[in-house]
Amino acid sequence: MSKITIRQAVKRYGDNTVISGLDLDIRDGELFTLLGPSGCGKTTLLRMIAGFNSIEGGDFYFGDERINDKDPAKRNIGMVFQNYAIFPHMTVFDNVAFGLKNRKVDKPTLQRETERFLKMMQIDEYAKRLPQNLSGGQQQRVALARALVIAPDVLLMDEPLSNLDAKLRVEMRSAIRDIQREVGITTVYVTHDQEEAMSISDTIAVMRDGAIQHLGTPREIYQRPANLFVATFIGRTNVLPGALGGGVLSLAGGRSLSHDSWRTLPAGPVKVSIRPEEFSIAPADAPGLEAVITDSTYLGRSTHYTVELGGEKVEVVEESSIDETHRPGDAVRLAVKCREINIFDVAGENNLLRGERHG
Amino acid sequence: MAKQNRFRLDIWGWITLVMLGVYALFLIYPMLHLVRMAFTGEGGLTFANFVKFFSKSYYSSTLVNSFKVSLAATATSVLVGVPMAYFFTLYRIRGKKLLRILIIIASMSAPFVGAYAWILLLGRNGVVTNFFSGLFGITMPDIYGFNGMLLVFTTQLFPLIFLYVTGALSKVDNSLLEASQNMGCSGIARFFRVILPLITPTVLAGALLVFIRALSDFGTPMLMGEGYRTFPVILYTEFVGEVSQNKGFASAIAIIAILITTTVFFGQNIVSRRNSFAMNALNTITPKPMKGLHGVLVHAFCYIVVGISILPQVYVIYTSFQKTSGLIYVDGYSLDSWRSMFDKLGRSIQNSIILPALSLVVIILMAVLIAYLSVRRRNPLTGAVDVLSMVPYVIPGTVVGIMLLTSFNRRPLLLSGTMAIMIIALVIRRLPYTIRSSVGILHQIPIAIEEAALSLGSTKMKTFFKITVPMMSSGIVSGAILSWVTMISELSTAMILYTGRTQTLTVSIYTEIIRGNYGVAAAMASLLTILTVISLLVFYRFNKDGDVTM
Repeated sequence: MSKITIRQAVKRYGDNTVISGLDLDIRDGELFTLLGPSGCGKTTLLRMIAGFNSIEGGDFYFGDERINDKDPAKRNIGMVFQNYAIFPHMTVFDNVAFGLKNRKVDKPTLQRETERFLKMMQIDEYAKRLPQNLSGGQQQRVALARALVIAPDVLLMDEPLSNLDAKLRVEMRSAIRDIQREVGITTVYVTHDQEEAMSISDTIAVMRDGAIQHLGTPREIYQRPANLFVATFIGRTNVLPGALGGGVLSLAGGRSLSHDSWRTLPAGPVKVSIRPEEFSIAPADAPGLEAVITDSTYLGRSTHYTVELGGEKVEVVEESSIDETHRPGDAVRLAVKCREINIFDVAGENNLLRGERHG
Repeated sequence: MAKQNRFRLDIWGWITLVMLGVYALFLIYPMLHLVRMAFTGEGGLTFANFVKFFSKSYYSSTLVNSFKVSLAATATSVLVGVPMAYFFTLYRIRGKKLLRILIIIASMSAPFVGAYAWILLLGRNGVVTNFFSGLFGITMPDIYGFNGMLLVFTTQLFPLIFLYVTGALSKVDNSLLEASQNMGCSGIARFFRVILPLITPTVLAGALLVFIRALSDFGTPMLMGEGYRTFPVILYTEFVGEVSQNKGFASAIAIIAILITTTVFFGQNIVSRRNSFAMNALNTITPKPMKGLHGVLVHAFCYIVVGISILPQVYVIYTSFQKTSGLIYVDGYSLDSWRSMFDKLGRSIQNSIILPALSLVVIILMAVLIAYLSVRRRNPLTGAVDVLSMVPYVIPGTVVGIMLLTSFNRRPLLLSGTMAIMIIALVIRRLPYTIRSSVGILHQIPIAIEEAALSLGSTKMKTFFKITVPMMSSGIVSGAILSWVTMISELSTAMILYTGRTQTLTVSIYTEIIRGNYGVAAAMASLLTILTVISLLVFYRFNKDGDVTM
């Protein structure tokens, strides 16, 4: 078990620099997720840690040991691949035992450890079978057992759930989380699915174009995203143009909001991010922003409304009630939970409500 | 992601260098030696050999002859192979599986055995010839020269077109056919306006391969060419000629041969790459039953073509059981030919098993390594290994024999007359079959599986032999069998390289035919056919789809 430290990592494919000067600290024993849209460099970074991609610059450490030039076979990592990469010509048992055999572990230990992890992953009954007869979820369990049985310093997972169907994905998600806690191993997890990342991670690094946009706990990233990209990538949000001045936020169509905490912010044009659940719909005679319902979608537990607010279309989510309360064409007022919304500079690069600068 | 790996001197780097060394020694050096011999005369550098070839029509006419018969054979192969593939794909034909196997057997047997059988059937004293002239006084068309060669080449080589085109048609989506039918285009019009344009690149690729094969074939023109001398014949007679041996001149002819075949081959590569359509059928064409006259005609066509193609093999086996008196067949049947065959075989049957078997071991080892290098370790050096390994595929066998013999007949590189030189020749000529099939299967194995093994602490070599090779095995085996089948029926290189100790079955058959021992030759040829058929049946066990290509 060890922490991972990355300093000034550089990755180039020919003349094309994919990652330039990336720093990262992953704490011992945490489940760390690299999250981002496809092509953001998250898998590239993971494969640099694993040793399958060359490192064009910078330093990678496991604990205090620099591993840049260490052979992948000697890094003592466990890796779980997107397509599982189960050896099709070996039984489940032999797949799981493969790493221990390479480490020349004595027979009884090999037998005991392999069985322990087969049991832990609840696949002990398939030990004698060939993997082609297993379901996707079972294959994924074999892959996980195989990666963990060698007691690696670091566990790397490259989109391990993307080939599973939705229900199994949720099930495997908690299985991975439980096992990771039980073994207490430093884990780097790559995914493009933000819900998966939120549910599983201790820390998330949101990546775009080979750079980390925001590094924090799932809660921080959702509630106080570092920039407009993170705000829109994680969850849904409405982005509105506005202007700040003396604690008052002016929106389009002469509408405005105010909050005490905004008094210290610099005056000028801004971008405002208000998540659908940060609005609430009130009757036309209540206080709030004047708005008109244009459309509604009933989804059972919640109802999604499209609302026109000063010429902008915004999305609002309300818990469904037994009566159909708002119809398209209704004039309403929108109340805003001002403490929860986020205000960015006009370029969308900094969250004015966060102290430090990110990105 | 661009998969260009930089060259690194790890274990695979060393293997790359060793492979380059092997090809430098056994391919590049012999080729350079050939060039040197061709351009040196008594007074140093000379073009006299080339001038001699092109100025005397005795020599240059062989080039014209070769081109004429090869072009004609290409045309007839296309005319037979394309409709055959079309019928096989579109219609339900009785006994399709068997027909397919027979077509492949016809293409895999040694061409000169076919030539010999046709002489027995249609030659001056042939069974069919005598039958027609005795009964109706009809003189059959002359089987010797151009006509006979065209017949042998067509029956032997149309299967290449057939296999290529069936492969292409299996990628044509059925909805394309239905769409054109929907718009009022069906039958023959649809074939010419929709299907043919789609498969043209494939037809071209196959046609050029047929052309190269016909151009390089040695046994057929030797046996039935008579006055119609082709290029490989003149090359052979100039090299081993009893009257006047002229190694420099033979080298010059060899170089001309290499230039022609490689030009055609690379031309083929360019043409097929530029014109190929990326097709992938969601719904493949399902064969439909046929009714009435249409069905009868299609069946007749398929059965007649396959019948003619397989006739030589069948007839050779038949004659091997005929009674002979001295050199001529007489009425009645006996096992005498088989008995005297075993007396005459000497070491040649052993050699025909041992030489290909030893070669196969080397081929399999080199093929998997080269396939791995060219798929997983793409860089300029491995690219060079890949290209070099394909070069011998298009060089006529006679030329390969001459190259090796002249390069390795002095100390310290004295190999002539040994089994080693025969094995080297077989390996470099037949390696491409196994390389291609290994490359094909390696492309289907996700690299993550190897990475998983590495991440679990397995070394590169252990990963290769424990993980990669077992997963490649089906591809390796099917390629190896193709290499094997072509090795046991190989004649042109062996004719140059053999000695009493290293004589192979094909060489024995050839010499018995030349001596007129037809009965013994037939028995030997039957043995060869049986070996080939058994090998192909093994191939089918490993390769259910039966994709015999190349």
